[in-house]
Amino acid sequence: MAIVTQPAPSAPSSPGTPGATPTRPAGVTRLLRRPTGDVKGLWGWFTTVDHKKIGVLYGVTAMIFFLIGGIEALLLRVQLGSPNNTFLSADAYNQIFTMHGTTMIFLVIMPLSAGLANYLLPIMIGARDVAFPRLNAFGYWVFIVGGLFMYSSFFLGGAPNGGWFGYAPLTRNMPGHNIDYWIFGLQILGIASLTGAVNLIVTVINMRAPGMSLMRMPIFVWMSLVAQFLLLFAIPVITVALFLLSFDRLFSTNFFNADAGADPLLWQHLFWLFGHPEVYILILPAMGIVSEVLPVFSRKPLFGYQVMVFSGIAIGFMGWGVWAHHMFATGLGPVALSAFSASTMFIAVPTGVKIFNWISTLWKGKIRLKTPLLFAVGFVTMFTIGGLSGVTHAVVPSDTQQTDTYYIVAHFHYVLFGGSIFGLFAGLYYWYPKLTGRLLSDRIGKLHFWLTLLGFNLTFAPFHILGLQGMPRRIYTYPTGRGWDVWNFVATIGSFLIALSVLVFIYNLWVSRKGPYVGDDPWDARTLEWTIPSPPPEYNFKVVPVVTARDDFWHRKYTEDEHGRAVLREPAPPALAQAPPDGAAEGVGGTTDVAVVDGGEHGDGDHGHDEHGDEHEEHVHIHLPSPSYWPLFSAIGLAVVAYGMIYKFWIVAVLGGIWILGGVYSWGLEPATEPEPPAEHGDNGAAIEPDDSPSDQLEPVGQA
Amino acid sequence: MTTVDLPTTEGAHHDEAPSHPATSTGLTNEKVAMWAFLGSECLLFGGLISTYLLYKGQSEPGTIRPHDIFDIPYTSVSSFVLLMSSLTMVLALSAIQKGNHRALRVWLLTTALLGGSFVAGQCYEFTVFVREGLNLRTNLFGSSFYIMTGFHGAHVTIGVLMLLSLWSLSVKGRLPSEKAEVVELIGLYWHFVDIVWIVIFTLVYLIP
Repeated sequence: MAIVTQPAPSAPSSPGTPGATPTRPAGVTRLLRRPTGDVKGLWGWFTTVDHKKIGVLYGVTAMIFFLIGGIEALLLRVQLGSPNNTFLSADAYNQIFTMHGTTMIFLVIMPLSAGLANYLLPIMIGARDVAFPRLNAFGYWVFIVGGLFMYSSFFLGGAPNGGWFGYAPLTRNMPGHNIDYWIFGLQILGIASLTGAVNLIVTVINMRAPGMSLMRMPIFVWMSLVAQFLLLFAIPVITVALFLLSFDRLFSTNFFNADAGADPLLWQHLFWLFGHPEVYILILPAMGIVSEVLPVFSRKPLFGYQVMVFSGIAIGFMGWGVWAHHMFATGLGPVALSAFSASTMFIAVPTGVKIFNWISTLWKGKIRLKTPLLFAVGFVTMFTIGGLSGVTHAVVPSDTQQTDTYYIVAHFHYVLFGGSIFGLFAGLYYWYPKLTGRLLSDRIGKLHFWLTLLGFNLTFAPFHILGLQGMPRRIYTYPTGRGWDVWNFVATIGSFLIALSVLVFIYNLWVSRKGPYVGDDPWDARTLEWTIPSPPPEYNFKVVPVVTARDDFWHRKYTEDEHGRAVLREPAPPALAQAPPDGAAEGVGGTTDVAVVDGGEHGDGDHGHDEHGDEHEEHVHIHLPSPSYWPLFSAIGLAVVAYGMIYKFWIVAVLGGIWILGGVYSWGLEPATEPEPPAEHGDNGAAIEPDDSPSDQLEPVGQA
Repeated sequence: MTTVDLPTTEGAHHDEAPSHPATSTGLTNEKVAMWAFLGSECLLFGGLISTYLLYKGQSEPGTIRPHDIFDIPYTSVSSFVLLMSSLTMVLALSAIQKGNHRALRVWLLTTALLGGSFVAGQCYEFTVFVREGLNLRTNLFGSSFYIMTGFHGAHVTIGVLMLLSLWSLSVKGRLPSEKAEVVELIGLYWHFVDIVWIVIFTLVYLIP
């Protein structure tokens, strides 16, 4: 545990009296430190272990990769805009479409979801940080090291060119180091996802505020939790596949060597056993976001909360039983085809339940057509289209016709762009005021939405037609006279409209940076993150809240009149919503009163007090984990290992391994919250405390 | 790959503050994390073992087959050594829980020694197999056998490193009884690796 809430060792009347300390466990003296502010400057971002800063880092990095992946998409569309085009060579096209797919999945949607989850999950469950703050930082640094590593291939002999699915045996025998960059890049990114998954799972399972039972958790927390479980179990599968492939390429093992009798479908099975849960990893967080946005902007609770939770869990389970529908054209045999066809159709049921619940949430709501809602509704409609074309893939004869055509490309762009990206944009517009205290311009936001919607449909709807006309995927050019010219041209126009919409979004970020301060709760929202200041203080909650209901914050603000209509509680206008009205937290009085600086008499409501005997008059001090640069240090070692492996410089790989080991040991031996009880003797670890120097510069922030 | 971040999980154990806050489940964060991580590891070994089973018997005719070279009595002994290390691991945990740090150090070292003997035995076994003409490239059996058992051996090696780290922490007096859970968590990992070996030994060596 990194965050320690402890009573001050000495009574507030005599702060810093050293006499009190010897009776306390060693090191407690330094717990006197007040909640600390930012480590100043750039270095603060490199050493931060604050889940909010890490969330922002994830988001910003992912947006940069979004621009890169988008530019790659534009290059592809320019090449395909006209028949027999020579804008890109076949080789360049292969590299760019591979990197477009890999980037958008692993470096954009996953980290954007991870960023939002990082930022919001702890706050939404009433925690002060994630379970393992340094592991969290490590996850981010590994992610960016993996991304940069993969992109370094462009300058070192060519980018990966085997598609984002990297089918072996093909990729086993492709020359050059392109595929190696893909393999090791994904391995590194897998470590990032795995550490993130462990961390967030433990956080949600273990660090909920008092009263925050599982069925009171915001739905975004639920959907993210399911996605993290999917990651936890899916990542090792692709790790195995990539590991086998890298051994085939580096040491000529036979896993994908068809000449030695290897099964040519082994890769596809392993990859899609990871790949299909991955699809739900990409979409579930977006579903969660939409399920948060719709109730707030319809001013109604989410319709069928329990059903939404269980259908999300059902999707998570069933997502493991449908992978072979990616392989219908490979000759699996009638039994397997029927089984996977049925399971694929069946998984549409919980998804369909969700869609109807979203519609029912909007139904008869007091709808406020703000940008987040527009994107959320855009999500529901576009995702439904993508879902419907997905069901057509479940039908084996139909899928056999469509496999490897643009119809497939249309389908997954409707679910991943029309689904995930729309959902993530809804989330960005919705939570931006929590991050900054300012709204993004609604006017420009609406322009952004409509341009995105128009450009998106103009680009990807024609893909359905192209696919049905037989245009194959992954071709770098095509002859004229097949009826493909017009629709390809239309799609290229559409892609530039999407690009324009992204520029509008960036312009919106720019003009809104100095907007008026809108307070803690600009949307009149329902969940805990809106009870704390915007932007949130480093410790999130001064006093950990006690949760008494689902949508707790809403119930603190509103009650029902005799007609069942929501009416504002008298003593608590939204502006003062921090102070819960009387009766909101029955039986515990003002425990949740965030305005109370001195946790004082209500210490029992404080998550983290497990020493029941604590005297009531004590101040509660929030001791945050100290910054550390070991996560960054250790993460860089992974790239060293990967370069060493790719170029078979074994010495480099071994040195990288020692580097990681050194980083991890230094990390393990440094205290998370800086004063570790050094037992009685021999504190050799003192040598490894350079991270204390940044933390020593921390400015104590007054709680007032 | 995944093995790399194992010590980081270990590192996280040291994060423990002297009195950590109550958690929603009553279990410490570190323990929940270790269970989650081991769940993930199940899929890792599941993938490797499945690959081995898929390729079992699919090697080209005329090349070395598993039961041409397996030395069951030898591997039984090394399996026994590894299983005994689980017992000593339990004794180590029991020792620190009772505050007997000397016994803790003895049992930690014994466990590490048994684990090290297992790894050494595996190295010897690999050497013998290579002399008999089976290497990574020989056939599907060679590739999948070496990778799967090698992966397991790497896990044992990391476990030994963690045990030795615990031992040296204890020698320096940095492993007080309040931190008994660190020993417990590494024990969980250790038992997991043992259980995986039971599965591998049964499926790979014993079943013809």
